[in-house]
Amino acid sequence: MKLSKLGFVAVLAVVAVYIRVIYFTPMDALQGAAQKILYLHAPSAWVAFLAFGLVAVTSALYLWLKDPTLDRVAASSAEVGLVFTTMFLTTGPLWARPIWGTFWTWDARLTLSLFLWFIYAGYIILRGAIDDREMRARYSAVLGIMGAILVPFIHLSVYMFRTLHPMPVLLKPSAPSMPPEMTTTLVSSFVAFTLLYVWLLRERYQLAVEHDLREETLR
Amino acid sequence: MQRSVARPVERVTERVTESVVERTANRTEDHVLNRVAPGLFATALTVARKDIVIELRSRSVILSALSFTVLGITIFFFAWDPTAVASVDLAPGVLWVIFTFSGLLGLHRSFGVEQQTRAIDALLAAPVDREGIYLGKMLANLIFVLLIQVVALPAVALLYNVPTGAYIASLAGIMLLASLGLVSVGTLFSAMAVNTRLAELLLPLLALPFFVPVILPAAQATGRLMSGRAISEVAAYIQLLAAFDIVFLIVCTLAYPYTLED
Repeated sequence: MKLSKLGFVAVLAVVAVYIRVIYFTPMDALQGAAQKILYLHAPSAWVAFLAFGLVAVTSALYLWLKDPTLDRVAASSAEVGLVFTTMFLTTGPLWARPIWGTFWTWDARLTLSLFLWFIYAGYIILRGAIDDREMRARYSAVLGIMGAILVPFIHLSVYMFRTLHPMPVLLKPSAPSMPPEMTTTLVSSFVAFTLLYVWLLRERYQLAVEHDLREETLR
Repeated sequence: MQRSVARPVERVTERVTESVVERTANRTEDHVLNRVAPGLFATALTVARKDIVIELRSRSVILSALSFTVLGITIFFFAWDPTAVASVDLAPGVLWVIFTFSGLLGLHRSFGVEQQTRAIDALLAAPVDREGIYLGKMLANLIFVLLIQVVALPAVALLYNVPTGAYIASLAGIMLLASLGLVSVGTLFSAMAVNTRLAELLLPLLALPFFVPVILPAAQATGRLMSGRAISEVAAYIQLLAAFDIVFLIVCTLAYPYTLED
């Protein structure tokens, strides 16, 4: 695959950010090296939410305008979003094991993330289970919108679940305010990941266009 | 109209015929052109009655769902050490987990039965609102899952030795709210799942994440009621259930027409 200009910039930005993360960002006094996973974890969570937000918006617009472009964008964004969700769901436990003392806890945010993964995995499985392109677009648009409406409900219910069952003090996540060097690194990692997302989205969209084109010529 | 030479009797007959023809024409016009179709709720009731009649004639799904419910409740009992966990701690979880899975059995039947002989085509050809069809299906499913509840709750109370008499009204309210939330989402996904290649496999995959904000507050509220807490302590859970019901009933009703094959 030929790397596009945007892809080149995105990959370069990510590489630059991690050079900064490893060599030019101070070590956390309490957490040590484990804290550095934040620069992978937080931006992928941001991109995942961005991606699923785009799925919801394009899904709603699709039901209104019936433009297949919107469906392709939604499908591409869901797939890329699922990759980033997987990323922050795996980096989270890796950090939590030394810091919280456990890989997983039923904290509200963790539970919500896990269900986010399930919803969009279901979205992609649904897409794979329908052959007719127009119907697939409609069905996945309905699910895309409903998923976005579901997220606040899941958040509310798991938040009630957690607050009524307080976690042990050991596992309490507290976010210390950061020194400026760390903040700069974190913000640049957000920018780099957003670029990475836009590039992957465009590549995946191109794939969707070509896939549809092939389907048409084969018919 | 102007044939006044005709004999009186003929004229009367003519007039009667004319008025009948006129009225029939009007009515046909009303029915076909202005479409005096049954209203949303009349449609819903008709569709729900049709579904219930079909189910009552065969009784295949409801009987298997009910025996699955009781079977599941008994099997669960052996997955637990009775000397370590109090049955009152286990009962709410068993009740809601089993209820969810038997509910899924019924939800799949909802549109599966239409698909077999393509009966759905006739239903969609009827001059009624599509939203009414959804509401009818939803109503039939609601009755179906409430029937499961009616069996599941006494079974759990009896087999797990949890007295439910003191708070039965509150519990019934929670069960009704939770069932409504479950079937409003489940009916829509059932309509979608039957049209896919995965069919019955897809329904739980799509529906279970949506059941979280239903099962979680319902099970938590049930647990609190069973351990003798006041209804006011579970008010927040009931509010969440009610909010879920309102939002998803509206969303799913509006979304249903988009899930139909044209």
